[in-house]
Amino acid sequence: MGSLRVEAEVELGTFGLDLALDVEPGHCLAVAGPSGAGKSTLLRIAAGLLRPRTGRVSCGDTVWLDTARGVDVAPERRGCGYVFQDYALFEHLRVWQNVGYALPRRERRARAAPLLERFGLTALAEQRPATLSGGERQRVALARALARRPSVLLLDEPLSALDARTRAGATRELAALLREAEVPCLLVTHDFTEAAMLGDEVAVVDAGRLVQRGTPAALSAAPGSAFVADFTGAVVLRGVARPRAQGLTIVDLDGGGQVTSTDAAEGAVAASVYPWDIAIEPAGAGHTGSARNRLLAEVASVTAVGGRVRLGLLAGQPLAAEVSEAAALELGLTPGTRVAATWKATATRLIPG
Amino acid sequence: MTLFRASIGAALIAALLFLTVPILAIFLDTSPGQLLDSLGDPSARDALLLSLQTTTLALAIILVVGTPAAYQLATRRFRGRSVVLTLVELPLVLPPAVAGIGLLAALGPRGLFGGALAGAHVDLVLQKAGVVVALVFVAAPFYLRQAVAAFSAVDPSVVQASRTLGASEAVTLARVVIPSAVSGLAAGTALAWGRALGEFGATLMFAGSFRGITQTVPLGIYDRFSDDFPGALALSAVLVLVSAALLLSVKLLGGGRGLAAR
Repeated sequence: MGSLRVEAEVELGTFGLDLALDVEPGHCLAVAGPSGAGKSTLLRIAAGLLRPRTGRVSCGDTVWLDTARGVDVAPERRGCGYVFQDYALFEHLRVWQNVGYALPRRERRARAAPLLERFGLTALAEQRPATLSGGERQRVALARALARRPSVLLLDEPLSALDARTRAGATRELAALLREAEVPCLLVTHDFTEAAMLGDEVAVVDAGRLVQRGTPAALSAAPGSAFVADFTGAVVLRGVARPRAQGLTIVDLDGGGQVTSTDAAEGAVAASVYPWDIAIEPAGAGHTGSARNRLLAEVASVTAVGGRVRLGLLAGQPLAAEVSEAAALELGLTPGTRVAATWKATATRLIPG
Repeated sequence: MTLFRASIGAALIAALLFLTVPILAIFLDTSPGQLLDSLGDPSARDALLLSLQTTTLALAIILVVGTPAAYQLATRRFRGRSVVLTLVELPLVLPPAVAGIGLLAALGPRGLFGGALAGAHVDLVLQKAGVVVALVFVAAPFYLRQAVAAFSAVDPSVVQASRTLGASEAVTLARVVIPSAVSGLAAGTALAWGRALGEFGATLMFAGSFRGITQTVPLGIYDRFSDDFPGALALSAVLVLVSAALLLSVKLLGGGRGLAAR
């Protein structure tokens, strides 16, 4: 098992893509950025479906592409498991034939069976893709990509073709699969929350350039630019939800603390809140006002991003808040300051997962 | 009912009548007895057999060469591609007599390649092989056009998926592209076969009309029409039935597989 390294320069209409990324085996790097940032192009280059003007792609010690040395291994000999955005299933083949496509003809049925079983597709084996739901199609695409034991896994917006109801479950299943994967996984998405839930690390890409790379919490806490600050959007806190009276839900956070939401949920959830919805007050102040959520935290980082200040907070789980420069000065916020982060239950979204 | 609705309805009825009445008339003017009699006529049987032989051979050539050529045209972007597309479609609008003259000028004894063909002891003019050449020339564009359209409609990401799953370009063509395009390819085959079965002018000029050698059913009909009109009618009825049966079976075959693919 080796790391995946992709370096590429390529013209893309109005801008050029110029990226260098590496992913270790067993890790998932989520490349996130707005639509048209060149994310899919990166995957296509890694898989050999697109040849960049200059570039180098390697997996462990094997070089797949080196434009300087004239090396360009054909896609069918790279061993990439690729999950396409719309899943690109073979509509003329049955589910088991789709899953077994990469396997030798004689062993196809026998070796497809355990994969069908693992992805809950056994009952659908004889169906054609047209009869499947979005979630089932996604599972066929995943099973098909894993059948040949790929040396890397490439996923292009693996959840975007799903409706909201299906997405929560599919996200959970995909996150579990990526945690178990022993190969490097490169995933692209336009949604930071999705990137944060699926990736060990997130690389934010804009207009063909890498803007910032780090763990989801680090990016939220200390965004390198206003673009990253806006793009990271909500902070995600994990916990277990239980309903309470008056339409409220309590979430016991992993690592301590509680938050309250007006969303209904039960069991494992991700609670999300936007940094600009979080107010900061001195730790000693009493709990007043309508905000139902109050977490004691220590300021870990203070980052100015274009007239506002992003605070990285440690409160059991990493948290980020955004305040004005004036407020940061008045409260004397520096790393190490003890503060209380407060926000309303109505600003807390709960995502099953 | 508005005037507009009434007039488009009338237009459809007029078109339907105009296109079906001549075909119906062939059967109304031919008694089943005459039909059977004409099949008993050895010259009619020869013509029918020859038509089936030559069109089958021509179609085989068109499919084997045309399918990869159409795939190339549908998937590769190269300089002059639109010129090439227009050139291969040109025979569609060529009058059959012009096609015949063109074939003679290119492959006839005194044509461009006449000397080379004679040197290789290949004799096309007034031969069965000449019939096949004429049929391929006039029918191939019908298949090519449809096949290019069918291949262009195949989702490129499905082709790429096949490549990442370890299939070479050739294997992908066989396992994914052709099965995905099969209903379009079948429609093209049916059109080309229909055109080949009805081919008259180019065959007459290039291969002539010799009973048992180059006289296909359309030429046989023309041969009879001056002195044996009922015989010509009966042979026409047979040709209509044979073409309809062939086209229907090709369409059903492709359509059925295409339906299953969807």
